[in-house]
Amino acid sequence: MAMHGMRGLSVFISDVRNCQNKEQERLRVDKELGNIRTRFKNEKGLTPYEKKKYVWKMLYIYMLGYDVDFGHMEAVSLISAPKYPEKQVGYIVTSCLLNENHDFLRLAINTVRNDIIGRNETFQCLALTMVGNIGGREFAESLAPDVQKLLLSSSCRPLVRKKAALCLLRLYRKNPDVVNVDGWADRMSQLLDERDLGVLTSSMSLLVALVSNNHEAYWTCLPKCVKILERLARNQDVPQEYTYYGIPSPWLQVKTMRALQYFPTIEDPNTRRTLFEVLQRILMGTDVVKNVNKNNASHAVLFEALALVMHLDAEKEMMSQCVALLGKFIAVREPNIRYLGLENMTRMLMVTDVQDIIKRHQAQIITSLKDPDISIRRRALDLLYGMCDVTNAKDIVEELLQYLSTADFVMREELSLKAAILAEKFAPDLSWYVDVILQLIDKAGDFISDDIWFRVVQFVTNNEDLQPYAAAKVKEYLDKPAVHETMVKVSAYILGEYSHLLGRRPGCSPKEIFSSIHEKLPTVSTTTIPILLSAYAKILMHSQPPDQELQNQIWAIFNKYESCIDAEIQQRAVEYFALSQKGAALMDILAEMPKFPERQSALIKKAEDAEVDSAEQSAIKLRAQQQTSNALVVTDQLPANGAPPPVPVGPLTLVKVPSMTSDEDHRSTDQALTHENGTLSKVDPQPPSADLLGDLLGPLAIEGPPGATVQSEHNPVSGLEGGPDAVDGSAIVPIEEQTNTVQPIGNIAERFHALCLKDSGVLYEDPYIQIGIKAEWRAHHGRLVLFLGNKNTAPLGSVQALILPPAHLKMELSLVPDTIPPRAQVQCPLEVVNLRPSRDVAVLDFSYKFATNMVNVKLRLPALLNKFLQPIPVSAEEFFPQWRSLSGPPLKLQEVVRGVRPMPLPEMANLLNSFRLMICPGLDPNPNNLVASTTFYSESTRAMLCLVRIETDPADRTQLRMTLASGDPTLTFELKEFIKEQLVSIPIAPRTPTAVAPPAPPAAQPTPEIPANDPAALLAGLL
Amino acid sequence: MIHFVLLISRQGKVRLTKWYSPYSQKERTKVIRELSGVILTRGPKLCNFVEWRGFKVVYKRYASLYFCMCIDQDDNELEILEIIHHYVEILDRYFGSVCELDLIFNFHKAYYILDELLIAGELQEPSKKTVARLIAAQDSLVETAKEQASSISNIIAQATK
Repeated sequence: MAMHGMRGLSVFISDVRNCQNKEQERLRVDKELGNIRTRFKNEKGLTPYEKKKYVWKMLYIYMLGYDVDFGHMEAVSLISAPKYPEKQVGYIVTSCLLNENHDFLRLAINTVRNDIIGRNETFQCLALTMVGNIGGREFAESLAPDVQKLLLSSSCRPLVRKKAALCLLRLYRKNPDVVNVDGWADRMSQLLDERDLGVLTSSMSLLVALVSNNHEAYWTCLPKCVKILERLARNQDVPQEYTYYGIPSPWLQVKTMRALQYFPTIEDPNTRRTLFEVLQRILMGTDVVKNVNKNNASHAVLFEALALVMHLDAEKEMMSQCVALLGKFIAVREPNIRYLGLENMTRMLMVTDVQDIIKRHQAQIITSLKDPDISIRRRALDLLYGMCDVTNAKDIVEELLQYLSTADFVMREELSLKAAILAEKFAPDLSWYVDVILQLIDKAGDFISDDIWFRVVQFVTNNEDLQPYAAAKVKEYLDKPAVHETMVKVSAYILGEYSHLLGRRPGCSPKEIFSSIHEKLPTVSTTTIPILLSAYAKILMHSQPPDQELQNQIWAIFNKYESCIDAEIQQRAVEYFALSQKGAALMDILAEMPKFPERQSALIKKAEDAEVDSAEQSAIKLRAQQQTSNALVVTDQLPANGAPPPVPVGPLTLVKVPSMTSDEDHRSTDQALTHENGTLSKVDPQPPSADLLGDLLGPLAIEGPPGATVQSEHNPVSGLEGGPDAVDGSAIVPIEEQTNTVQPIGNIAERFHALCLKDSGVLYEDPYIQIGIKAEWRAHHGRLVLFLGNKNTAPLGSVQALILPPAHLKMELSLVPDTIPPRAQVQCPLEVVNLRPSRDVAVLDFSYKFATNMVNVKLRLPALLNKFLQPIPVSAEEFFPQWRSLSGPPLKLQEVVRGVRPMPLPEMANLLNSFRLMICPGLDPNPNNLVASTTFYSESTRAMLCLVRIETDPADRTQLRMTLASGDPTLTFELKEFIKEQLVSIPIAPRTPTAVAPPAPPAAQPTPEIPANDPAALLAGLL
Repeated sequence: MIHFVLLISRQGKVRLTKWYSPYSQKERTKVIRELSGVILTRGPKLCNFVEWRGFKVVYKRYASLYFCMCIDQDDNELEILEIIHHYVEILDRYFGSVCELDLIFNFHKAYYILDELLIAGELQEPSKKTVARLIAAQDSLVETAKEQASSISNIIAQATK
């Protein structure tokens, strides 16, 4: 071992270590940095050795957490040093300090290329390593061919070639186009014949990345992978140095099995048999041994084999073998194996027919819920949640409730949400459901989102049998000494509505009910008081004949709050007081709340959305997806929940299948939309709940159909919306379409606008076909997949899809089949490149024939300007110089916009957010102004920063002044116009008021159309 | 893939960082702070995996040092755990029963060796022997250069005497 120490460096490190405190350390480091700076300034006196030493010192200082930006250039410049020792330091330190987006790297690109194509093997290694570790897109474009040459070269030694393989992998990840599939597939297959296991391991990593994108092209690699695996598993011809604790390269085994999981099936019976023999051997032959490392390595192989078996959909016998193994694992003491056992069992749930076997392990899994390790508890919770169904819901939910009181705070929210969902999904009877939710609120009130208690109120309202039970239950909770505020809310609501049903029971007279509720009033916040006031009014109404004492008491309370500073409370107090003087008429005015329309649970919806999100990252699902894209045609299977319409369901439900009625559909669009808002912005107070709030907290259940009030709520906006909506509709549905006998389901324009805000959803639907879209955007590239689903039992013929791209987009649609088989879904990828900024919209001209009907629709594609935006946070230090340097037109444009749809500021912030503009709070001292920033990507502009400032007038919300700045005049103009369009006409408006709610106290929601300061007008309207 | 490698001492001092995915300076600092908080506080006898921001961190403690690697959720955890051990064994062989001090004073060596082991967040070489051979070759290259340099400076010194 050669330890060529650098004395200066060692001395410095000792000095730093000897510092007594952080302050001393800082002083010593600052001194050193000063020294390095001056030494670098007069470079003449610097020997290569010294230069090297200082660059190492910088890396050390950097690791201590200090800023060494000034030295980046020095590190990069060492790369071009002629001698190995300096060059080596240059390469290594550069790849530690810089990341792929750093500008300095561009300066080095030529030197790096010369090192790669030069003859010096050691230089090649250094260059390949750095590019493999931090190379970005530009490196990919300029270096990929050279790197490929090295990988394939027969004259290069393995040490260069294995680096070239991983370097190419990095470049491929940065830009998949650098590997030409046609030419490369054969070469990749040849690479798998490699003898050197270092090169083979690296090449296998490369293959995994390649097949994960396109397994079809690499099908010749499949039998070779099986051969490699067989060779390793049988330990044939594996050099001693490549065995790890007696196991032939476990890493290569794992990678090979990973690659195999990207191939949908194995058709060749011989290959399949060989593979299953190997897998069987691994499953049966892995024993637990004493040596930890040997154990880990063999189990790494075993777990990968399990994943592969699941993927291949082996015979039932082998599957049950797997479950048995996992069952053993979740009971062992070794925490790693237990963790992985639980994790893989959760994955196993996706395989059919094994749920029953998994259920046998329920008791063991519940024990893991109490494990000291949070990682294991999380896995156990996930698994319990996944395996829950009607048969075991009661047990599992009870366990979760019990665990809730002792669970860590970080887990309580997830835990209570999951318990609530399971209780709702699998409730054997509704009173049990009510019990569970009330227990949840009691035990973990702080973690119960509004959605949860809204839902229980909905159930109680809609089920008469449940009402007395629920009322009695909440009364019990309310009489406890310490009650969570959420419990006060739910109790007050339910008692207000239904306490009269308890009439005869002891302690349930109106007076007693009133005093139990009223006792809590001093402890609650202003958002809860309105609910209490409503409850009082209802109790008063139910106490017939009026109890004079109670009436006086309640009137006194109303009187007290008539001057409350909170507008909502004040309004209710005034109104209820006036109404309660009406005597018998009160009965009509304060009648019971009508039933809620049946709707999907916001909770379940939320959970499903979350699942789709996370599913997109999971390899298993990804593999599943690969599987289907190969088959291309997926036959329909009925959704598990038995949704009525027989529409095609992708195995991934990437495309949400809306229900038949357009009304339902809107709601799902809404929720998806608001869900997206929610994830984008914190300003947003959980919009879906706002929707519910509108129904729930309505102060008065006014006689007559509940629809009437809703209608009036939408009135003021509908006038505004009607116009643009109609225009939108006609713009995309040309006249000839009117002759179509086929009517689209749902509003095409609305679907389009919803898709402008999110990346997957339904673009078009009629009785025969559903067109779904899923898009991915990266910088100026986009990849859309059109899902064409035939909803019928007969094929759709003459299918044609033409893309009419605007001038600024380059679009390429893959082949669309002429016929879509019955009940099948076809996926057609569409590649998009954004050339320059423009607001123009691409159109899909789609036609098909069903029986004798020729249907043709022209649909706008959601490849808009905003899809090429990437929100970016900007600090004050970055913002102001930039803002100032872009002075005046054409780079900075200002416009006063009139006719803006009035909306509160947070709502506007939300809207901008949903268009991928990032709001930068605090930059503008005026609270009525918004400042936002984003990056726009196109081929002509590359990545370009855009800054937006919107000044609103609190007195007049219909106008605002907007200023936009970017480094490109067209971009500035187009983006300004784009935002303007969004602000002036919100096309999805009929539902926007409920979808994007202001973060005002929720109780302020129900009566927005009535001027809050004019209760008289309201009363006049009512009576 | 491995997104980054961290070596953190029990006191929370950073001994090595290597980032295979692009993180800005700010993000790097934040990640280190957050993860030290999570990992250093974990008790003994727990599993070696931590779920963190949609990723998994596989870590193992050797004496006073924590070796951490961040991977994707569906990567093979045990495989990574043994890459860590593989790395430690190579360090051990190179330094001769390695300790934290070796890695402090020869932190650059730890980087060289890591670069022979991983590229692009993937394992490059499963053979300890091969890695050791390559590192020895690098060392001797540097040594030769040093000797050459000193002999040249000797010649110059002699000539200018």
